[in-house]
Amino acid sequence: MALELEFKITGGDFSNAGKASSQIKKVLKQLNIDAKSIKRIVVAVYEAEVNVAAHAWEGEVKATVGENDIQIVVSDRGPGIENIERAMQPGFSTASKEVREMGFGAGMGLSNIQKNTDELNIESHAGEGTIVTFRCFYS
Amino acid sequence: MNKKAKYHALKVDTEKCFGCTHCMKSCPTESIRIVDGIAVIDAERCVDCGNCMRACPVDAIYVVQDDLSQIELYKYRVVLFPSVFIGQFPEIYTEGQIYEGLLRLGFTHIFEVEQPAEWLMESVKESSEEVTEGPLISSFCPAVVRLIQCKYPSLVDNISRRKAPHDLAAHFAIQQLKKQGADDHEIGIFYVSPCSAKMAAVNQPVAEKESIVTGIINMKDIYNRIMKLIPAQEHTDTSAFRKHLSREGILWSLPRGETSWYKKKSMAIDGIHNVVKFLERLENDEVPHFDFLELKSCNQGCAGGILLTGNRFLTVERLQKRAARYPGAGQITISAWDKESIKVKLVSEKIEPRPVFVLDENRARALDKMQRINDILCQLPGIDCGGCGAPNCHALAEDVVLGKARMSNCVFLQKKYVKEHKMKAEKAYSNLEKVWGKKRFEADCNKKGGRNEGF
Repeated sequence: MALELEFKITGGDFSNAGKASSQIKKVLKQLNIDAKSIKRIVVAVYEAEVNVAAHAWEGEVKATVGENDIQIVVSDRGPGIENIERAMQPGFSTASKEVREMGFGAGMGLSNIQKNTDELNIESHAGEGTIVTFRCFYS
Repeated sequence: MNKKAKYHALKVDTEKCFGCTHCMKSCPTESIRIVDGIAVIDAERCVDCGNCMRACPVDAIYVVQDDLSQIELYKYRVVLFPSVFIGQFPEIYTEGQIYEGLLRLGFTHIFEVEQPAEWLMESVKESSEEVTEGPLISSFCPAVVRLIQCKYPSLVDNISRRKAPHDLAAHFAIQQLKKQGADDHEIGIFYVSPCSAKMAAVNQPVAEKESIVTGIINMKDIYNRIMKLIPAQEHTDTSAFRKHLSREGILWSLPRGETSWYKKKSMAIDGIHNVVKFLERLENDEVPHFDFLELKSCNQGCAGGILLTGNRFLTVERLQKRAARYPGAGQITISAWDKESIKVKLVSEKIEPRPVFVLDENRARALDKMQRINDILCQLPGIDCGGCGAPNCHALAEDVVLGKARMSNCVFLQKKYVKEHKMKAEKAYSNLEKVWGKKRFEADCNKKGGRNEGF
């Protein structure tokens, strides 16, 4: 038994980044998941949403809410990540000046996702897009 | 965990209520449903914010209050009130006249709850060390505390473990009266409440064993009584009652009253819907670092309290002018011994989470219910008309899955079912009667509602 949730994200639309994480949070609360796990998941999803808004043209969040864990797939059509290892380093960012001026693009996105998830996989093709898949087990 | 039933100050007068849905639509925790033509409040979800009372066009929602005549039982009859009480009177009445009005009502001692506010704020500042992660959240507004308990349980540890201003004032009043030779049993403390949330909290404190207050008085009620016997001129000097009142204390219950004290990186939010939006973000870690948050359920803080008579902006205006005439907190001297002996009494017990939105304690069953909610939502029209007696389609879907309602409560589905011969027209009609009451369908030219309300 698992519940599927889907959300669209538009590149550059920071005002709506956060909708998916908020909705997922509501669902998890109603499922009686512990507050600490909810926070980890919500932070990871939010960072992933902001990444799509900051770098890609469009993307989507697919969440599979299970009994013991949640799996999230965030896929986008965008420039892709050139060097994933480097992008994972805290503080490394390719965000534009505009994005940074809006208070995003501090280079903490991917490392924050890694910190808050139990499994993380990033697949990227230059000029096509990126697929970030992660999983969190509830404690 | 405290399992006793949650006490609520708000009640529905079933004679006056005609199920107009105004309250149901304004409730921040979706705790109201219409059943048999009457609003019913879910005791678990209600946070006593009073928005329903504000929204009701026929005064069908009221607060439970204590009888004023019981003050006669005490030798020392103390009235405690927040300074917004003074702020709501027209400016032609001086503070002295209002104080005299209170004495004429039978009280012997008068304390504004914000004296000496600086002791409580000092203690609140000290409580920041007890919070390990994230900002310290003020425990000032009981509606916000209850909202966090039921809707944002992950944030309960951020709430300051300090009592409310009325506790401070009550302890202070008792201390001062005992110095004059009073015995505990001779002292009656009566708190004039600006809102339903404080009424509920004083009656059943969130994190204390019992309330220190003897009786709770509705501010609207006492305002009307005072207006009847307020003197045209001042006869006696009542200023001694105000000698511990500071500028900061007077502004305490208004927006930024606490943050201007706390300093550091702090922020003030008023209005419960604004508070909800902010707490959502705070819980998601989507806000920058803050040291302290002052969250108040009513717009313009307690000046917008549901039991105040005056206009909230005029109340703020009067209090600001009033504050300018008073000394700063630093200029008020009280003995250090008095201060320390009261400060230890201001620490409250731990606040427990009370999550009420969980679909099922068992996760697999909860997941199944969630799936069914989504399936039901596909069938509902999604226009949130309230015709089913629930505030929106999602709330109806939840009620159906929790066994509290049926899909055929939806007025749109009823039409559809009748058209598809799945339901008889008589049955659809009786379903409507169950939600809205039989009288709703009788022709009645004196019927309340639907006549340019809100214009």
